[in-house]
Amino acid sequence: MSAARPQDLACRELVELLTEFLENALEERTRTQVEQHLVLCPGCTEYLRQFRATIGATRKLAEEDLTEAVKEKLLDAFRHWRQGS
Amino acid sequence: MPAAVSSGGSFEGFTGAPGGVVALLSAADRELVDRLRAGDERTFLGLVEKNHRAMVRAAMGYVASEAIAEEVVQEAWVGILQGLDKFEGRCPLRAWMFRILVNCAKMRGGREARSVPFSALEREDGEGDRRPVEGFRPPDDPRWPGHWAQAPERWTDERLADAQALARIRTEIEKLPPNQRQVITLRDIEDWESVEVCEALGISEANQRVLLHRARTRVRQALAGWATEGTP
Repeated sequence: MSAARPQDLACRELVELLTEFLENALEERTRTQVEQHLVLCPGCTEYLRQFRATIGATRKLAEEDLTEAVKEKLLDAFRHWRQGS
Repeated sequence: MPAAVSSGGSFEGFTGAPGGVVALLSAADRELVDRLRAGDERTFLGLVEKNHRAMVRAAMGYVASEAIAEEVVQEAWVGILQGLDKFEGRCPLRAWMFRILVNCAKMRGGREARSVPFSALEREDGEGDRRPVEGFRPPDDPRWPGHWAQAPERWTDERLADAQALARIRTEIEKLPPNQRQVITLRDIEDWESVEVCEALGISEANQRVLLHRARTRVRQALAGWATEGTP
């Protein structure tokens, strides 16, 4: 990164670092830059909040259920496999 | 059985586990495999319930419709069962299952066109894909280069809780390239550990994070316009 001063992380750069930030995958120095930036920047703070909310909402897709028909079909395959082996 | 340490420092003495399953496998996976081999239907159904939807979502990146993806996943289950006796436990069970799925999906998808190999990722990572999706000031802005031209509009998170938001997310994920779709499905929907995802898809941690980040960015953007609608 070409930032001349450590505090000079642009918003455009920060939004690209958020997954690494949330995964604790950033170098110490960059992590500190991100944290300092967030303290001072309401726009990025809101963006991070939305990013987290997006991740939380995405997780809800896991709750979709399987149809009984699919379960039956697969159970059939399982029985068939067991008999064949 | 006590583990013998070889001169190379690696552990030996594990390979004699019953059924040929290497003891590198977690105890939970080991038990799953044993039960499946013993024909335990409830164990199998549990595995299906936990993974089937994720597999369908992942397969959809390679084929034209959800119906075909559903067929591919059913084929994959048969493949998984057939392979189970030879499963050696060199990687976690889910990762192994997923590799079988990806193979089935690629075969069904046929032409390379729809399936972007992970090895093509690096090239795709260049600046070409970095179109600015949000409103930022230009890099030569005299006061605030690269900062928000217009800060993101606030969301009311209650709106995200309703079924329409979920539909929106689902649609957006379906539009993602296969590799991004697989990563976001496994990480954010199915809550897999990143190590496991890398193992299943044969990609590095760094690649995985890039793909995940792009996918999340796209989904957030899709939600953004919608979540701010109707707010003052």
